Amino acid sequence: MVRYFLFLLVLITILVVSIAGLRDYSFLPHKTKRPPIEIFPDMVRQDKVKAQAPSDFYDDGRGARANVAGTVPVGYSAPESSAQASEGVATMGSPYSVVVFSGKQDYADTGKIGTNWGNGIPFSATMATLERGRERYQIQCAVCHGATGAGNGIATKYGLVGVANLQQQRIRDMSDGEIYNTIVNGKNTMMGYGSVIQVPDRWAIVAYMRALQRSQNATINDVPTANRAALTGTNAASATTGAAKP
Amino acid sequence: MSNFFPRWANWLPLQLLVCGLVIGGPITLGIWYYFTPKYTRVGYQPDQPVPFSHALHVKQLGMDCRYCHSFVEVAGHSNLPATQTCINCHGQGKILPNSPRLAAVRDSWETGQPIPWVQIHRLPDYAYFNHAVHVNRGVSCYSCHGAVNEMSVVYEAESLSMKWCLDCHRAPENFLRPPSEIFNMNWHPASPEAQRELGTKFKEEWKVNPPVNCGGCHR
Repeated sequence: MVRYFLFLLVLITILVVSIAGLRDYSFLPHKTKRPPIEIFPDMVRQDKVKAQAPSDFYDDGRGARANVAGTVPVGYSAPESSAQASEGVATMGSPYSVVVFSGKQDYADTGKIGTNWGNGIPFSATMATLERGRERYQIQCAVCHGATGAGNGIATKYGLVGVANLQQQRIRDMSDGEIYNTIVNGKNTMMGYGSVIQVPDRWAIVAYMRALQRSQNATINDVPTANRAALTGTNAASATTGAAKP
Repeated sequence: MSNFFPRWANWLPLQLLVCGLVIGGPITLGIWYYFTPKYTRVGYQPDQPVPFSHALHVKQLGMDCRYCHSFVEVAGHSNLPATQTCINCHGQGKILPNSPRLAAVRDSWETGQPIPWVQIHRLPDYAYFNHAVHVNRGVSCYSCHGAVNEMSVVYEAESLSMKWCLDCHRAPENFLRPPSEIFNMNWHPASPEAQRELGTKFKEEWKVNPPVNCGGCHR
């Protein structure tokens, strides 16, 4: 009697473990498509709308609602103030405490002065601005335009054609406002990135793009006189030894 | 007076105790082992409406997390990308414009209805987690989401239980990273000692003082 009972116990244990698996997924994976079991979900799943979650309350089933015409963004601050604020905390994380977007119509938000494209960054660009621009450029732009802006990003290796080479004279001559507008609204096959890049970041990207354009077309006259000797010296040395310079 | 209880009754308490242990023990063990997020949540890997591969986009193409999850640094909620973010590259005349695997993306783009992505990492509604605070103070995506850059299909790698949260809130120096490596899924500390040394430095520099009281996360 006891023997049967113990036998049954061992059998059930083996059965449970072999069906349920071990919880250390790296040893015996139990990847599953079944949603996690929640035994008392009353407080765990509340009847409130969370970000990007669906809602049965509305006919279209969406929790997030589109803006009503004329909506003013909460907490919007002009690029000037956030650029100043960013200098103190540039070493760590995002310089913004709020999402910085605007529906305003001045130069900083549209890239236009009157009906023409304007030129210049609408706040004082510092090294921190350029570093921020580099970071944002590498996240959002380099995928197609490439790290140097030569229009050879990774997406072009997978069949994306018609990507602009940002080093072209046409784009070097383009005004800052028009480039800003291209970032926001797109152009030709490029779609607008205005919904994912905040206003000061757009200008930071424009500033960084200008730096890229200068860097790819630099001459010896752009090098500070103190450092020229070192550069020309290396060039002369490599020329005489025939070493390949990248 | 004759014996009121039969002789075998002497052993009854002991038998009951042993029986209880033999039956109750495995049941307790089973509940202890299985009724925990370490088992119920870890490994959850639902089918998504679009077979989007993080391994392809992040590891192979080298895209940044923030190309799609664009507001993770400024918002409590790490956003899913809008359908337009997919269409940026997969629109008509671009990359794989007619792939059947992208049918749901095209439908969404034409109708304006969102793609019904299945949420995997789901905290209880009474726990308030803020992505921006964590990624801006040295907690990498990797620490909570695992090696997403290796996942063709995303699954939940960590339990996200309260104990798991508190492990880090009580000793953040074991997890904090250099600010430049937050979104670098390939960065790993040289050794646990090196991590603790780095982490302690960042903890002091950035004044990281994670709440361990109830109100920190349950408001």
